[in-house]
Amino acid sequence: MKLQQLSLFLENRPGRLGAPLEAIAKEGINILTLSLADTAQFGILRLIVREWDKAKQVLEDAGWVVNLTEVVAVDVLDRPGGLAEALAVLEGAGLNIEYMYAFSLRRGDKAILIFRFEDPDRAIDVLLEKGLHVVDGDELLSVVSG
Amino acid sequence: MLTELWNDAAGGFHPASAPDFLPETALKQVQLRRLRAVVSLAYENVALFRTRMEERGLTPDSIQRLEDIQQLPFTVKADLRDTYPFGLFATPMSDVVRLHASSGTTGKPIVVAYTREDVDVWSEVMARTLACCGLHRGDVLQNAFGYGLFTGGLGAHYGAEALGATVVPISGGNSDRQIMLIRDFGVSALCCTPSYFTYLIERAAELGVDLRALPLRAGIFGAEPWTDGMRDHIEAAAGIKAYDIYGLSEIIGPGVASECSAQQGLHIFEDHFYPEIIDPETGEALPDGEEGELVLTTLSKKAMPMIRYRTRDITSLISEPCECGRTIRRMRRIGRRSDDMFIIRGVNVFPSQVEAALLAVEGTLPHYQIILTRDQGLDQMSVEVEVTPEVFSDKIRALEDVRARLAKAIEHILGIRVGLRLVEPRSIARSEGKAKRVIDRRNEGA
Amino acid sequence: MAAQIHEAHRQTEHRIWDPDAETLPREDIEALQLERLRELVTRVARVPFYRDHFAHREIGPHSIRSLADVRRLPLTTKDDLRRQHPFGFLAVPRKALARIHGSSGTTGRPTFVAYTARDLETWSNLCARFLVAGGLRPEHTAQVAFGYGLFTGGFGLHYGIERVGAAIIPAAAGNTRRQIEIMRDLDPEVLICTPSYALTIADSARELGIDPRSLPIRFGHFGGEPWTEDMRREIEDQLDIAAFNNYGLSEIIGPGVSGECPERTGMHIQEDHFLVECLDPETLEPVPEGEPGELVITTLTREAMPLIRYRTRDIARLYREPCACGRRTTRMSRVTGRTDDMLIIRGLNVFPSQIEEALLRVEGTTPHYLIEVSRPGTLDEVHVKVEIRPEIFSDRMDRMQTLCERISREINTVAGIRAHVDLVEPRSIERFVGKAKRVLDRRDLGE
Repeated sequence: MKLQQLSLFLENRPGRLGAPLEAIAKEGINILTLSLADTAQFGILRLIVREWDKAKQVLEDAGWVVNLTEVVAVDVLDRPGGLAEALAVLEGAGLNIEYMYAFSLRRGDKAILIFRFEDPDRAIDVLLEKGLHVVDGDELLSVVSG
Repeated sequence: MLTELWNDAAGGFHPASAPDFLPETALKQVQLRRLRAVVSLAYENVALFRTRMEERGLTPDSIQRLEDIQQLPFTVKADLRDTYPFGLFATPMSDVVRLHASSGTTGKPIVVAYTREDVDVWSEVMARTLACCGLHRGDVLQNAFGYGLFTGGLGAHYGAEALGATVVPISGGNSDRQIMLIRDFGVSALCCTPSYFTYLIERAAELGVDLRALPLRAGIFGAEPWTDGMRDHIEAAAGIKAYDIYGLSEIIGPGVASECSAQQGLHIFEDHFYPEIIDPETGEALPDGEEGELVLTTLSKKAMPMIRYRTRDITSLISEPCECGRTIRRMRRIGRRSDDMFIIRGVNVFPSQVEAALLAVEGTLPHYQIILTRDQGLDQMSVEVEVTPEVFSDKIRALEDVRARLAKAIEHILGIRVGLRLVEPRSIARSEGKAKRVIDRRNEGA
Repeated sequence: MAAQIHEAHRQTEHRIWDPDAETLPREDIEALQLERLRELVTRVARVPFYRDHFAHREIGPHSIRSLADVRRLPLTTKDDLRRQHPFGFLAVPRKALARIHGSSGTTGRPTFVAYTARDLETWSNLCARFLVAGGLRPEHTAQVAFGYGLFTGGFGLHYGIERVGAAIIPAAAGNTRRQIEIMRDLDPEVLICTPSYALTIADSARELGIDPRSLPIRFGHFGGEPWTEDMRREIEDQLDIAAFNNYGLSEIIGPGVSGECPERTGMHIQEDHFLVECLDPETLEPVPEGEPGELVITTLTREAMPLIRYRTRDIARLYREPCACGRRTTRMSRVTGRTDDMLIIRGLNVFPSQIEEALLRVEGTTPHYLIEVSRPGTLDEVHVKVEIRPEIFSDRMDRMQTLCERISREINTVAGIRAHVDLVEPRSIERFVGKAKRVLDRRDLGE
């Protein structure tokens, strides 16, 4: 139920973000979602894509350093308090979130949260146990590209 | 004759230590003679002191016996700030050969001055300090106190030179190099803060260096309070004797008092610094043995004599004879203070200085808290400041900039590096009445 | 304006601290040097490095009949010092040492320099000579903004000022705003630091809204790093002071080997204590007078650690004609280059090999790195660019930041400097065939 996330190291200067995105677009790989964390000097681009293994190969061949990380996607109702409820569950279970990002779907009433946990397997157990919906790769593909 | 004896016998008696062994009556004669001279010097040259004497109807002739010192007015740290920079100088600048500075209680520094004779006295009392700690000519002293405006580094340096030891002036920091030099140079004594030494012990172990197997035999520790528990740990882990020394810039720097081989209290070099213990509330003098605030009078300082300077350090005096044979009185280790000052890496810090810096950047005083921790033996100070709407921005860089400006303002005033964290509004605990501004976690889990 | 100040300075303040030694006639200087050199050859026989060399070639005091015979003696290099770490070059018992300093080595391990009490006396006196030549008087106050510590920087000048009887503010390096505050409050006439730090003080003063020309400083003695006549003009103009140059290196004694007089036409070498040659670094033959070459120095009077023909790696020129100031000693030009890859960063000597050693302690940061040295304002900055590799990349920002901090800390431990660590993308650092170019020095330090 874990998702494969690609992360890339980028220098924080003009034009650096476009290059890797173009490289995978050229191969017809769709980006489901992304997040960017940056400092003054460099940034880390995190991507969830349809064909992660192919995308990784493409990016590595083009010279980027690419990491593969397992993340967990959870969908929550896209309404006030939706995120807070999910977070309360995680906090209550003492699960440590390394970082997270979120996006809402164009259609429907759901928002997707992407979590990076220290221990993703345990996190999935807890989430399921508490009745939250963990979204797996295929499901994410279908809801995003719909 | 004495000098020859000392030169020939390593570990023998250093002639500079002679006053440590003066019979009580002789010591008191020296003290009275010097007290009268220093009171005259200050009365004639320091306006603040003269005014205070006159208000009390006193003249230098009022000092006929040592006990008469109790009639004299106190000097407090704020006096140094209020008369900054030259107001307490008793000699013209042309006689001054050294100036040191430290931070005052607010943003403004305080300055202390030395004539050639003062530097000589300082070197002498530091040589006596090192002799008290069992050092002698031929010893190799690694001086890891910081050099600069802080008096620790140069004080120990000149003392070791006067003693005839070899000085390795490494100053603070760079622990791996410190350990390498201890090993390579056959260093026999080291001076630094006790917390830094506990880190050197850990680091040496990581590097596979067994300090116990090296010639290092004495640690001269000062510039911050420490405990007997820390001493036991240091002595066992490094195979050395650990000595506590005491001093403060306003009086002379290090060299006011030192432990001896008995390690039962610190001998005050009473022929130069006259100690009294007072009740910090009433200012009344307390007898030997009773705990109170230490008040010191410099008996021989020329450039900046200090009369009845209130140190704010709480201790008591021990007048019983010491097994080492020294006749000068001892004071117990400093356990606490009568104000909110704390010491970080040997630097005195008042919360009011931090406030002055925050106020200067933000215009208003945000909620803040000072957190003291100890990392790798070095005290770390971090300041948590609540984000106010005025400084908040969605741009990481703008917040980073606010953070950097606050940190820089504090570092500028204190002269040491501090960590600064922006925290959420209302995340710092409010308490009834006076907020708890300082959280000291330095001795947790150590 | 600065020129006028300098002229006034020259007319009214030129005095000689040690006239007997400093104004010796040329033939007397050389006679003294010869006598001391012969005595030195006897003295260094305690040092195995020299003893073995001498025994092998049957060299002794009899071999030195004229000063030119110094060329029969062996050269000494920094590597020789390193190989004898720590005390192999001592010519006195260890108990006689009063001080031990270090100089930065090509690796994390410094080389050491030892002093007897008499060496320290000599050192103070040599510094007093150039300080007084540059106008220092007992009634002055001097702010010493050099670091004090294992490297000789602040100490020589500190003791020199003390010897003259002037007051010292031992401000050490750093916290520029506080330096300015102290300067304004305590009125020092003299500033002692690196030339680039003098400009930093001027910059910071302007940032604080203070006219740097209004600061109380009247003259400064600057050294510890190479600088140019352009920089001198900048310093004099911005701070409205007279600026003097001095030269020295830890292995020899520290600052005090040579210094300027008010004529400022080169630095007078203290030839009663140092015998200086100027050699072609390739052929090791003397270069004609006035031509650039590597300075090779023999310490004539050092007790603890005398060195024979030490290769300084510094390029300069020597001038032997008499100076208008009355001193007859040989003068040397500014140092205009190095014959090795040593960098001087804010007055600290740094070898690229030290940075490499630091990087080797952090797995995955070599082999692709580049050291970039620049002087964006007045202070040197070092950026160490490290190519990101899979083994050091993490998707977590905190880990990446910790990595930068760790590299920076290792560099600080080994080389003693604060470097900015820039993580860069793979293959963004130029590849070289053969020996990689590791250093890009963008500073303009020419003559």
